[in-house]
Amino acid sequence: MEYVSPEGLRIDGRRPMEMRKLQAEIGVVAKADGSAVFEMGNTKVIAAVYGPREVQNRSQQLSDQALVRCEYSMANFSTGDRMRKPKGDRRSTEISLVIRQTMEACILTQLMPRSQIDIYVQVLQADGGTRSACINAATLALADAGIPMRDFVTSCSAGYLNSTPLLDLNYVEDSAGGPDVTVGILPKLDKVTLLQMDAKLPLDIFENVMQLAVEGCKAIADYIREVLSENTKQLEYRRGL
Amino acid sequence: MLHNKSFVKKTKSGKITKNVREHYLRDDIYCGVTICKVCDSSAARLSGSASSPILVLDTNVVLNQIDLLENPAIDDVVVLSIVLQEVRNRNLGVYNRIRALCSNSARKFFVFSNEHHKDTFVQDMAGESKNDRNDRAIRVAAQWYKSHLGGAAHVLLITNDRENKRKATEEGIPAETIEAYVKSLDRRDLLDLLVRPASEDVNMEEVEDLRPSKRKVIYAEHKPLSEITSGLHQGIYHQGKLRVNRYNPFEAYVGSESIGDEIIIYGRGNMNRAFDGDIVAVELLPQDQWHEENSLSLADEEDEEEGVHLVPGSADDAPRTTNLVQSAAGPPRPSGQVVGIIKRNWHSYCGSLEPMPMPAGDGGVAHALFVSKDRRIPKIRIQTRQLGNLLSKRIVVTVDSWDCLSRYPSGHYVRTIGEIGDRDTESEVVLIENDIDARPFSSQVLACLPPLPWSVSSEDLANPIRQDLRHLLVFSVDPPGCKDIDDALHCAALSNGNFEVGVHIADVTNFVHPSTPLDDEAAQRGTSVYLVERRIDMLPKPLTEDICSLRADVERLAFSVIWEMTPEAEIISTRYTKSIIKSCAALSYIEAQARMDDSRLADPLTTDLRNMNTLAKIMRHRRIERGALTLASAEVKFQIDTETHDPLDIGMYQIREANQMVEEFMLAANVAVAEKILKHYPLCSLLRRHPTPTKEMLEPLLRTAASVGLDLDISTSKALADSLDRAVGEDPYFNKLIRILATRCMTQAVYFCSGDLTLPEYHHYGLAAPLYTHFTSPIRRYADVIVHRLLSASLGIYKLPAIFQDRPQLTSIADNLNYRHRNAQMASRASVELHTLIYFRKRPTDTEARIVKIRSNGFIVFVPKFGIEGPVYLTERSEKGGGEWFVDEQQQKIKRMDGSISYGVLQKVNIHMEVVEPQPNRPKLQLNLV
Ligand SMILES: [Zn+2]
Repeated sequence: MEYVSPEGLRIDGRRPMEMRKLQAEIGVVAKADGSAVFEMGNTKVIAAVYGPREVQNRSQQLSDQALVRCEYSMANFSTGDRMRKPKGDRRSTEISLVIRQTMEACILTQLMPRSQIDIYVQVLQADGGTRSACINAATLALADAGIPMRDFVTSCSAGYLNSTPLLDLNYVEDSAGGPDVTVGILPKLDKVTLLQMDAKLPLDIFENVMQLAVEGCKAIADYIREVLSENTKQLEYRRGL
Repeated sequence: MLHNKSFVKKTKSGKITKNVREHYLRDDIYCGVTICKVCDSSAARLSGSASSPILVLDTNVVLNQIDLLENPAIDDVVVLSIVLQEVRNRNLGVYNRIRALCSNSARKFFVFSNEHHKDTFVQDMAGESKNDRNDRAIRVAAQWYKSHLGGAAHVLLITNDRENKRKATEEGIPAETIEAYVKSLDRRDLLDLLVRPASEDVNMEEVEDLRPSKRKVIYAEHKPLSEITSGLHQGIYHQGKLRVNRYNPFEAYVGSESIGDEIIIYGRGNMNRAFDGDIVAVELLPQDQWHEENSLSLADEEDEEEGVHLVPGSADDAPRTTNLVQSAAGPPRPSGQVVGIIKRNWHSYCGSLEPMPMPAGDGGVAHALFVSKDRRIPKIRIQTRQLGNLLSKRIVVTVDSWDCLSRYPSGHYVRTIGEIGDRDTESEVVLIENDIDARPFSSQVLACLPPLPWSVSSEDLANPIRQDLRHLLVFSVDPPGCKDIDDALHCAALSNGNFEVGVHIADVTNFVHPSTPLDDEAAQRGTSVYLVERRIDMLPKPLTEDICSLRADVERLAFSVIWEMTPEAEIISTRYTKSIIKSCAALSYIEAQARMDDSRLADPLTTDLRNMNTLAKIMRHRRIERGALTLASAEVKFQIDTETHDPLDIGMYQIREANQMVEEFMLAANVAVAEKILKHYPLCSLLRRHPTPTKEMLEPLLRTAASVGLDLDISTSKALADSLDRAVGEDPYFNKLIRILATRCMTQAVYFCSGDLTLPEYHHYGLAAPLYTHFTSPIRRYADVIVHRLLSASLGIYKLPAIFQDRPQLTSIADNLNYRHRNAQMASRASVELHTLIYFRKRPTDTEARIVKIRSNGFIVFVPKFGIEGPVYLTERSEKGGGEWFVDEQQQKIKRMDGSISYGVLQKVNIHMEVVEPQPNRPKLQLNLV
């Protein structure tokens, strides 16, 4: 299968180093303390954050830091085949864990001991790169909730098909079975907090692909920063400042 | 710009789903015309001027006229991405060819990604078919080019679709059919390349069939695909690849997994228009029709006679069926008929036109029959406007169609290779026929070579993986004039009375790294090809003849296998190492033999040679004891005029002790390496096996032996080897003859991936070795390159390349190597046959021959001196089977009715050989009794 034409165009018309169109909106769930919708092309994810609040189950309470919980789910209508996926399947549990650990690494949990932060993430439309979109949405929702963070995490994936590193795989490219590297970074600190890959790749190629994913993360960070500052301006305007 | 394409799709389970895919439209896609002032022209290809138009092709033009497009006269072509997409879906072969044209820098073909350009993307319209939508997209793109270029260049849409052409004209786009465009170029030869639509085919029929009502249905209709699918499902039909007997084109086999046997297809009628290599659906005939063998080629409409050819080197070269004198042993084999063709294997073929008188009035369109060099291919009907020119030429022709009303398929002329009988032309035919790539290496491949002049560097010397063996007395022994020396040897006496024997092989993998263009090219070529007058290298010349070649008196990198052996040739230890050697002598077999034989010589090199020879003899003896077969082949050797390249003399290749000595150590090194790599990589080693011949395969040998009163034991290879040893007659040549007959009953050894088979199947019958591989010729065989990588990895020197983890890929590499290997052999044989013909053209000769097979109207003789075999007719061909001769099957004799004369198998006869030309431009070697 040809995923990159000799003219250098991918199936959907992007060039190898190009990301899909990004779109984000903050404050979409009125009841939540913070929320956001994040779109990467046709992948659309909604995240809602509740907290910091009292720990519901006292036995889980931590005396020196906040308890972060995450629940990931996928809307039944999110994929084309509308398959009914049972809640809490292995994939969901794994992604929940990945999101929780990634977010935990950037939240200043020690500032909020004996409290609980809940992150709910739901995939509304899936077209590849859901994991990254979830993390980006969660970051925005956390920022919206005003939860103190070291830096905001952004995530992006990159793959390797037809001997070409490709940024931000969509569903068709993702199903090609090639290597798929998902990276999460703390852009200001320039630190990698998440790195997942589900295939074998020679080391030199891996470095190129990972570098590309990191570049993608940085571009997303720029976009998120823009969205947040735009949001701040809106708030300032509404308060009449 | 973003656009969402949504479409519905049926999934495998039959559900209908709606898919939404993103589709980005861009403004950075350029027109590719060099004179354009708006676009970035760095990748521009199209020259474009007011005089010669820029062509925009529609899908069907690309699909049908690819041969025409490949002609350099057609240029300045815009290939739209939508056209590429459609071509790809409909014919991958054509897609690859048009892609090759687009990437060929010598041609002006430019791919315009119209589907992603913001101005040329078209939305689906309600009620519009996919075809109409794509035609519209093509017109929109043509329109865009027209307005984009303004008056700077002329744009022409080429389409044979009437509706599309009409709409284009309405929209103001200049449009032409391909025929009209080619005619406007005023090139008569190009018209031959045009593929005519099937409807025009009617007037190409044979004269007597002109009236449509009189046209006979010659072949059964093919069943529709749906019927075939359900038939295969129910087990009524059987699917498989059709293989036509190389020596009898009226007989074919379809290997069927569903019945676990081969189905035989007799005659062109039952083959029902299938070509060799087609995937077909076959229906079994009723069992009472399973015996048609005796009427096979005689009953068919055209009779092709068997020509003089080289003696087969193995069962793969020999005719599949034996002669008419066949005992009806065993149950009849299932035979069937083709009911449908699932996948065509049509490509282009080399050959010439059947001689025919020139029709009155030159210049008109003539219908001619094309005869392929490959006998498995039926004659092909073509139309030509240059008949007078083509009759004496070797040409390439492609098949277009074959309907059930015509006896022969129709095709069209592609190109001319050269004059028939001309050595260079015929050599090229040999290469094309065997799918051998003789093109010069590309610049990307050559860029992988180390800088020249190359020499061993201080880094190589300091490298801890390399052992410095320059102090050893290393030498090589090869045929005279050998330039690609891949092996060298040494043999040093140790103080404890033992010997240290080393085999040093060119370290090709030091220069050929995995997944480089150089490596890909070598993997594709698979092997070097040796023709009589030229060599087609697997690796570029600097590597083949210089950097890798273990020449005398220069330092070279090697991969060495070193044994300590007792004087009784018992191996005490084996080690493997990368090394640096300096060969002290590149000997020819004759020189090495002369040194060993000359008792006055006692220099160190000669002593080492003699010691080595002694060891080799012991090893050889032991191998034969184990049951290895010493088979004989009738290899011939030409002496070629250095200037004209014409053959001056031919004779049998003489095998000396020195050859056997080198061979023995190469075998030992290959076995040692096979053991080592299999131990480390039991699942992904590349090995070589030789299947045990079945009783059926040895049947012709047994029958011949029985008729001369010889009893052969074929129960094991050891038993066969012993009984071959005992086969001595009064005739001194008898034993060799029997061995030659035995050789042609064996199949060839093949490469395989160790993970695909089980240990007992690894066996090499001919060598009586449980394990074997190829390690000793990496310059000219790619298998050895792979084995070198495996060996390096097993020594921990380099990591195993990723490809070894991909078993299907490895299997396909092994398959390709077998295919290339086989083709290389066939090409060498064809080249020898060609030079034999050239040699005898000026030298009619009388010589001695042996009868190897009895026919109904004569016999097949083997000519030992020249290594060829061919028919001698006792009666005229027309009175075949009749006349005054009859065949005694029991005794394998052909006798005169009155009993005065009889000829039997293995009998010596004197024959006269000369080249005759029964038809103009068709020289052939003819054998007659003296
Ligand atoms: Zn332009």
